[in-house]
Amino acid sequence: MPSKNKTTVTAESGKQELFITREFDAPRKLVFKAHIDPKLYVQWLGPHGYEMILETFEPISGGKYRYIHKNKDGQEFGFHGAFHEMSEEVMIQTFEFEGYPGHVSLDCMTLKELPGNRTKVTIHSVFQSVSDRDGMIQNGMEKGVSEGYERLDDILEGI
Amino acid sequence: MRRDVFQAIADPNRRAILGLLAKQRLTLNGVANSFHISRPAVSRHVKILAECGLLYISQQGRERYCEVRLDKLREVSDWVEQYRQLWEQRFDRLDDILEEMKKEK
Repeated sequence: MPSKNKTTVTAESGKQELFITREFDAPRKLVFKAHIDPKLYVQWLGPHGYEMILETFEPISGGKYRYIHKNKDGQEFGFHGAFHEMSEEVMIQTFEFEGYPGHVSLDCMTLKELPGNRTKVTIHSVFQSVSDRDGMIQNGMEKGVSEGYERLDDILEGI
Repeated sequence: MRRDVFQAIADPNRRAILGLLAKQRLTLNGVANSFHISRPAVSRHVKILAECGLLYISQQGRERYCEVRLDKLREVSDWVEQYRQLWEQRFDRLDDILEEMKKEK
C-alpha cells in the first residue's frame, strides 16, 4: 500500500487567505471527475459522521450548487455558491455557509499534472476579511467538535 | 477501531480528566477518586486518552501514574490543525475513490 500523501494548510496570521495543498496518486482527469460527478462528490466531501445531500449541482462555468451536511441528530448545515470557471486545470467557485450569511469566500483550485500520472491540487481561498477567514477555520462545520475544542482551550488556559 | 483526537475530547468526562491531569500528575486511583463515575468507567476513559496519545501511563512501583502530554494537547487546540484534519479526512476518502476509478478503467 502506498504511503499517504500529506495535506498541508497554510494560514498566515493577519491575512485573509489560506492555502490547502495535496498530491494524489491518480491522473488529473480522474481527480477532476471526482469533483464534478455528483455520485462521487458526495462520497468524499462531507465531514466524517455527516450525510451529504447535494441539492443543486451544476459543475460548469456559470453553474451553481447547494449542498447540506446533515448530522446524526438531524441538524442541517447548508452551503451554496456559484461555479465561475470549471476546467481540468482550474476550478473557481464562491462558497457561503448559510449559518453565516453574507460572508462569501472565493476558492480557486488548481490541478497540476505531475510525472507518473500524479496530480497536485492547490486550493487558494480568499475571504472578505481576516476575521471571516479565522471564523471559517474555527467554526468549520463540525460544531459539536468545535464546542469540545473551546472547552479544551479553557483547560489549556487554566494551566 | 481507529481512535482519533476528535473522538477523545468529544466526551465531557474525558475533557474533565484532561483538565484535572493538566494541573497535576495523578495515579489511576487518584483520578478515579476525583470523579463521581465508576472506577472502570474512569479506566476506560483513561485508556482511550492514552490510545490517542493525549496522556502517558507509567508504572512506578505498585502505582500507575497518568500524565497529560501537553504538547499533544496544544497541537489539538490549534484551529488550523483541526481544519487541516478535516481536509485530510476528505482527501483520504478521495484517494479511495480514485483507486476504484483507476481499476474501472
